[in-house]
Amino acid sequence: MSTNEKVQAAPQKASPDTAPQNGLPDTASEDDFYEEEFTPGEADGGMFGAVASKKAQHFWPSAKRLLGLLKPERTGILAVFAMVAVAVVLNVIAPRILGQAMDVIFGGVVGKQLPADGNKEQFVAGLRAQGQNNFADMLDRMNVIPGVGIDFARLAFLISVVLLMYFVANIFLWLQGYVLNVLVMRVVRRLRDDTEKKLNRLPLNYFDTRQRGDTLSRVTNDVDNIQQALQQAFAQLVNSALTVLGIVIMMFIVSWQLALIALVALPLSAVAAAIIGTRSQKLFASQWKNTGDLNGQIEESFSGHDLVRIFGRDADMLARFDERNEALYRASFGAQFVSGMIMPIMQFVSYLSYVGIAVVGGLRVASGGMSLGDATAFIQYSREFTQPLGQMAGMANMLQSGVASAERVFEFLDAEEQDPETATEHLPAKTDGHVEFRHVTFSYTPEKPLIEDLSFTAQPGHTVAIVGPTGAGKTTLVNLVMRFYELQGGSITLDGVDITRLSRAELRSKVGMVLQDAWLFGGTIYENIRYGNLDATEEQLMAAAKATFVDRFVRALPDGYNTVIDEEGNNVSAGEKQLITIARAFVANPSLLILDEATSSVDTRTEVLVQKAMAALRTERTSFVIAHRLSTIRDADTILVMEAGRIVEQGRHAELLELRGAYYRLYMSQFAGEDADQVLTEDATTVHS
Amino acid sequence: MLVTLIRRYARPYLPYIVAVIIFQLASTIAALYLPSLNAQIIDEGVARGDTDYIWRTGGVMLGVAVIQVATAVAGVYFGSKAAMAFGRDLRRGVFRKVTSFSAKDVNVFGAPTLITRGTNDVQQVQMLVLLGLNFMVATPIMCIGGIFMALREDLNLSWLVWVSVPLLVVVVGYLVVRLMPLFRSMQKKIDRLNGILREQIIGIRVVRAFVREPHETQRFGAANQELTDVSLKIGALFVLMFPAIGMILHVSTAAVLWFGGQRVDAGEMQVGSLTAFLQYLLQILIAVMMGTFMAMMIPRASVCADRIGEVLDVEPSIHEPLTPTVPAGRSGRVEFRNVSFAYPGAEAPVLSNISFTAEPGQTVAIIGSTGAGKTSLLALLPRLYDAASGEVLLDGVPVTNLARSDITTRVAMVPQRPYLFSGTIEHNLRFGRPEATDEELWDALTTAQAEDFVREKSQGLGARISQGGTNVSGGQRQRLSIARALVTRPKVFLFDDSFSALDVATDARLRRALKAKTADATVIIVGQRVSTIADADQILVLDKGQIVDRGTHEELLDSSSTYREIVESQLSTEAAA
Repeated sequence: MSTNEKVQAAPQKASPDTAPQNGLPDTASEDDFYEEEFTPGEADGGMFGAVASKKAQHFWPSAKRLLGLLKPERTGILAVFAMVAVAVVLNVIAPRILGQAMDVIFGGVVGKQLPADGNKEQFVAGLRAQGQNNFADMLDRMNVIPGVGIDFARLAFLISVVLLMYFVANIFLWLQGYVLNVLVMRVVRRLRDDTEKKLNRLPLNYFDTRQRGDTLSRVTNDVDNIQQALQQAFAQLVNSALTVLGIVIMMFIVSWQLALIALVALPLSAVAAAIIGTRSQKLFASQWKNTGDLNGQIEESFSGHDLVRIFGRDADMLARFDERNEALYRASFGAQFVSGMIMPIMQFVSYLSYVGIAVVGGLRVASGGMSLGDATAFIQYSREFTQPLGQMAGMANMLQSGVASAERVFEFLDAEEQDPETATEHLPAKTDGHVEFRHVTFSYTPEKPLIEDLSFTAQPGHTVAIVGPTGAGKTTLVNLVMRFYELQGGSITLDGVDITRLSRAELRSKVGMVLQDAWLFGGTIYENIRYGNLDATEEQLMAAAKATFVDRFVRALPDGYNTVIDEEGNNVSAGEKQLITIARAFVANPSLLILDEATSSVDTRTEVLVQKAMAALRTERTSFVIAHRLSTIRDADTILVMEAGRIVEQGRHAELLELRGAYYRLYMSQFAGEDADQVLTEDATTVHS
Repeated sequence: MLVTLIRRYARPYLPYIVAVIIFQLASTIAALYLPSLNAQIIDEGVARGDTDYIWRTGGVMLGVAVIQVATAVAGVYFGSKAAMAFGRDLRRGVFRKVTSFSAKDVNVFGAPTLITRGTNDVQQVQMLVLLGLNFMVATPIMCIGGIFMALREDLNLSWLVWVSVPLLVVVVGYLVVRLMPLFRSMQKKIDRLNGILREQIIGIRVVRAFVREPHETQRFGAANQELTDVSLKIGALFVLMFPAIGMILHVSTAAVLWFGGQRVDAGEMQVGSLTAFLQYLLQILIAVMMGTFMAMMIPRASVCADRIGEVLDVEPSIHEPLTPTVPAGRSGRVEFRNVSFAYPGAEAPVLSNISFTAEPGQTVAIIGSTGAGKTSLLALLPRLYDAASGEVLLDGVPVTNLARSDITTRVAMVPQRPYLFSGTIEHNLRFGRPEATDEELWDALTTAQAEDFVREKSQGLGARISQGGTNVSGGQRQRLSIARALVTRPKVFLFDDSFSALDVATDARLRRALKAKTADATVIIVGQRVSTIADADQILVLDKGQIVDRGTHEELLDSSSTYREIVESQLSTEAAA
């Protein structure tokens, strides 16, 4: 999905906490990868539900290490904790004071009803004498001055205190949020930088042996997920846990009887949340799996739309779509219904304790066991109680998924790195490109030997062509020159220096490489050419573009060199992309040139022209050329014929044809179906014409 | 568009929606009734020491709570059902529409955006409907009901509602308005950052070959810094949200106590009413807060709805004929008569005045440089596009007069970019003809030179293919794609540069095997390699949308300078150089 089509992902932070369970993962940021290779197993839900269904394998070690990331910010974190603690304490005490304010009002109401000529004790005694013991007890506990109404001075004082407390608490909440955000972003930024640096230190076979999509998702999605977990869940969890603790303590201080009632609700709602939570998590997993399946099918049907029409499979596709669409409907209905039940049921449990507190509190106030203010404070406590509980459940989920992501990122960060640099020597200022392979042995996996005991020499200024069937090790051979992989035996020297004694950067800066798949960065054509040499002047860039026939087609593009190469690459054909990569290598001006199927997608007439340009580039330079089209390599100084990791023949075109061996067979096969001799004569005439 | 879409696709579920409204109304009223009952406990029970009353009212409260939960769950039930069914139908609508599209219609949008529209956009709208049904009905009821109940408790304190509600809306609204663009910008920065990483991984060899690691690290560092900056900005604003909301709630509470206290003292209000008023006010404010959050979803969903609407409004440009002509025979004769074609919006025609005939048993090859119109020419036969003028005839009937099934059973195409569907090899091969036997599949694989590598796979025909066919090599993909066409046993084969990824030896073997299999079929080949097309009965040299020369290989070597140039470029580099 192209980036410009992306719908912005829901700012998750801004969504109300009320529905922690129904988070649709923001597919927008994940769908970047839809074209990456992945195994079908991963594709199911992997794209869309990865975060939701991930579980850490070693939860605690990974969680510990995740927290370890925060270590450099220790002081800040401690300050945050302190601020949260202050805010929570104030927030928890405030309702109690509000309760006292309530008592002042209630006391005033009762006081006003009493005649002003007497004191409270007399009235209480009088009531007891009348047998109204309950009312007497209540009055006894109240701060009542008969005949006097509400004590507004005291009320104003209490309200001011409460407001001040809330104000301070909120200031602290705001401060801690601010500080925590800064700290977390610092940590996440470091983590991102670390992952990126790690990328540069990994050996290439790390990428060869893994799904590209998986690595990508580790360094992008998983890091994003960690950021979210730290930013949102971490702070909330601390806050909620402290709040719950504070409220429980306050409840017991106010009235242990009511506290017990409220606490009955705690396990009740925990059990309810756990039962529904597990159930809905399963249903959500199924929803994401079905979503993945269906989206996969939509992607396929739309991407392969032409084929569907050509083969007339519309009805079939529709039927399959309907089936999956129905399955998704059933799964998502189940998930939404069950998860939607969490709120009402949690609320019900909270109402239960509300009713319990209202009744028992009412009875106790009536009997003078507690004040009305305490009862109202209690109601507020019990209400504030359920909210952080629900939050904690949601945050725990998020944190769990964050830890699972952290585990995957740590795995990536712990991956074995390429051999450290052991540079002890330098190349002379002017290299002449003398390359020698001495008894080189190499394989990607120990079980499958690929190159064994391979030796050859490339003279300065010579063109070495490498031919052979797919899998013979041609690309591997040139990769070894670049030191993309380390040898298992033997050595390769450049100008007499063993390449392992050079730093990789120095070695590679001498080599220009044009790779099989013409890969360009998202950016303009100009930027892509310049990538070969960031210091190149405008003239050098233009000269390279002209020499490689990039200039010719670029001029025809409406935006010229500013044409942006996008992923779809609809604006530039495969052949044109190859030309750009050749221009890129031109600009680098290397002493050693490696062309790996550099012109396979260029149409043959253009290729001839490019060949001419490359011939110019190749003079004075040693070059390695890999090509399928034998016409491309006939004029090489040396042709290496490779089969199964070995050089089976070596020599010039004419010599090798005379041998009537592997090269001859390879050469002839491209004209199979025609009269081979006729081609040869024709060939001979054109060569000599 | 959002409203239109919802109206159109939610209509069948109107009974559910009515049920949602009724149940939510009931559950909200029940929820609103509870504080009022609590007030009665205080005023009638506590203040008078009437324990019986307290117990009785407590019982009523319990009953109300049960009703509340039951109706709320019922509301969620119907709400989820309606919203999910809405999503299902909308998705089906988009899918059906796109399936009826011609290649031209698909190109107007591009496949990637159609996918986004069919998946992500539908999901967004569905989510809005779901939340709308689950909350947007309850929230206004809660808000209005709360106001009503609060006013019932005490009219004179109502100004507190009129002050605190707008204040909350303004504060939350302000923060949200400030935050939304920042969130969008953050998402963009994240995408960019991930884009850089993605490039580094995919282009790792290029990065290393040019020793650009420091450059990349710097690029990444800058993007990382940008992301951090935006995140910090968001954080600074976002952390204001809850303290600000909390402060408004608490000040409102204090105000109720203070002003309410005065009214109680004056004997104009009861203490129970005061507590009830307090709770109603909090309920109203929470409802307002939720409503403000919900409202944020509307603009986004509305953009998605517009994009979906654009797809649904397209009238497919290629129609089936109302009364299809049934061709007399089934020989596979193809004829182009003065065909011209241009892509929508393009200035120059891609093809102009193309005429040729391909008889059954014949091979017609088309050669020409990139952009000459070769692929477009092939696309006209299976009606991926329709010609702008002229006629394309299949078995003597213009393809525009043929039923789709009459075309698809006659013509099989191997496209330039071989696309495989996820599933198994078998499932891909049977794509065109599900009833094909295993022997037929193997036979096709043998012809397509794909037998060996399929046999090597432990699961053989059952081997998994990932989406697009990315887990097999380009050459293997091409061969499987050829086999897929062979399985359908068509009368006309269209090969669009279908051998390019094969090494020369395989290419040669494949062509030899194909020749036998396609002996009585019409074959039209687009090719780059001269060796691929040299033995065709007729070669058309295409240049800038026109046939500049035609003839056999030998004839063209004599007569066509363009053709000779192409041949020479492939046979002898030195000579040309």
